[in-house]
Amino acid sequence: MSTTSGVVTGEFAQGKPPLDPGAKRKSLHDGSGRRAAVLIAPTIVLLAIVILYPVVTAVSQSFTKDAGLDPATGLFVEGGFAGVANYKLWLLQDCGSGAFSCPPGTLGSQFWTSTGVTFLFTVVAVSLETLLGLVFALVMNRNFKGRGILRASVLVPWAIPTAVTAKLWYFIFAYDGIANKVLGTNILWTGDGWPPKAAIIIADTWKTAPFMALLILAGLQVIDGGVYEASKMDGASAWQRFRFITLPLVRPALMVAVLFRTLDTLRMYDLPKILTGGAGDTSTLSMLVVDQVRSGFNAASALSTLTFLIVFAVAFIFIKFLGANVTEQRAPKTKKAG
Amino acid sequence: MATTTSTTKGGSRNRTVTSSGVQIVQRRDVRGGILTYAGVVLICLWGLLPFYWMIVTSFRDVGYTFDTTPWPTHTTLENYATAFSTSRGNHFGRALLNSVVIGAATTAVGLVVGVFTAYALARLEFRGKFYVLGLILGASMFPGVALVTPLFQLFTDLGWLNTYQALIIPNISFVLPLTVYTLTAFFTEMPWELEESARMDGCTPGQAFVKVILPLAAPGIFTTAILAFTAAWNEFLLASQLGGDKVQPVTVAIASFAGAQPHQEPYTAVMAAGTIVTVPLIIMVLVFQRRIVSGLTAGGVKS
Repeated sequence: MSTTSGVVTGEFAQGKPPLDPGAKRKSLHDGSGRRAAVLIAPTIVLLAIVILYPVVTAVSQSFTKDAGLDPATGLFVEGGFAGVANYKLWLLQDCGSGAFSCPPGTLGSQFWTSTGVTFLFTVVAVSLETLLGLVFALVMNRNFKGRGILRASVLVPWAIPTAVTAKLWYFIFAYDGIANKVLGTNILWTGDGWPPKAAIIIADTWKTAPFMALLILAGLQVIDGGVYEASKMDGASAWQRFRFITLPLVRPALMVAVLFRTLDTLRMYDLPKILTGGAGDTSTLSMLVVDQVRSGFNAASALSTLTFLIVFAVAFIFIKFLGANVTEQRAPKTKKAG
Repeated sequence: MATTTSTTKGGSRNRTVTSSGVQIVQRRDVRGGILTYAGVVLICLWGLLPFYWMIVTSFRDVGYTFDTTPWPTHTTLENYATAFSTSRGNHFGRALLNSVVIGAATTAVGLVVGVFTAYALARLEFRGKFYVLGLILGASMFPGVALVTPLFQLFTDLGWLNTYQALIIPNISFVLPLTVYTLTAFFTEMPWELEESARMDGCTPGQAFVKVILPLAAPGIFTTAILAFTAAWNEFLLASQLGGDKVQPVTVAIASFAGAQPHQEPYTAVMAAGTIVTVPLIIMVLVFQRRIVSGLTAGGVKS
């Protein structure tokens, strides 16, 4: 209301007759395109240097041969075009003499193991985090005294740097550590089999479930209390209210939170690196890339490109098929005058 | 309806002042209240217990590392001295300083660049806005590991390995999507009329921005600064690959903390170091918790 009247007075103040709405907007936003370009340019330039340039380089290198001595002639040769050899190394575990020719223990043989464990972490950890986050958020959305204390303690895991989190859980999961003492077990948590995977998932869930709770809570708080009132009067049970009101209304916020956590977990590096160091097949894709960097840039480029494609594909599936409406949720809508 | 019921936020209990319903609702209130508080206590324990354990251990004598007494016993400050001691080749003090330098520089540049972009996205009409948003969002989804190989080579060629700029510049591009999105959300919520009246009073767009928008946006900018600094403080992957001893931040220093003997993990000293790294952030959380929560969820949820 006040906006409209403000604009109209403005038009009069500038000595112009009030025109049709289209012209009105144009006069207010005159030349904003050029201004916007100038304001946005630094961000685009920075992102181009640090993200676009490396991506283009990585893709081109992934199709390049390693420079080295030609086994046939004994001469040093520059790389040259490698075709898809670097991709075959990972996807087919082809170390030069056909599919699955990479000896066990080499990096080339680990691609599918790493992919599998990365997805395992993602699916299990994100599911647990979402479930716990939802429960936490429902509790936090109730009325009680001491909200401040609760909010602060929920932010503690978020505030602790991941490297410290990893060290903390490394200590908790030590052989003589508190986890084994409390559980009365003698598990080698950073050894082989399921324990290292469980340790990583527990540490990750501890750190990020509260963060999920905050995102979901924000979604809960915009739900109009009147909707609950009405449904109560219609005799809906607590479960029905949750299932048919809370869940559908909080779903957009929930989906975006899940998407962002999924992408985060897919590129997880510091937690498994520090907590288990890759023991018991817990090397994630990101860890595999870093291991490869020093033993061959071109193969590492192919692997990082694959990782990027996997993350991109998952994001695409989320946005396209699971209805994570990122642009509508995240993108601000310009408030228009009038 | 407004007179008979008092509705509180979200799904909380209502008190219906009708004749027969009142007792049932109240009894349910009590039960719900107990359940709520049980949940609250559990959530607090979830967040605080492991953190508490880190602090307790950091004050425990090294000989009692695995003591399970739930409160501090055999207390000593020695672990903090060990954490800062350089005799085992650890440079925790220097790493702390490095993290402050990298975090501050990243936050400053990320904010200045981000403020302008966010302003344009929130306030100006221009073609291609959707693509700019998409690009920035895409950058935030990008796996950092895909940058390691090319940046490692690029910085080797430039002779930048083990320099501050090699850590700061990639960090800026990591926090930029975050600053742009959070600030855009704050800018969008600000009253549009004030800027317009400034324009009507003869301010140029630049003056209106500096004199009206920036002061009003200060809380949002401050919140964004906290988030950006926390993110930069947290960075590990690129720092461990592109940095060296000289510029190594605390995250890398803690991950590779050496004990008295090889393969002997100095748990108590690491817990002390972890406490030092975390406490400034925890203080920030205690003081600015409302703002941090609003910043974390800004842009995430828009009604």
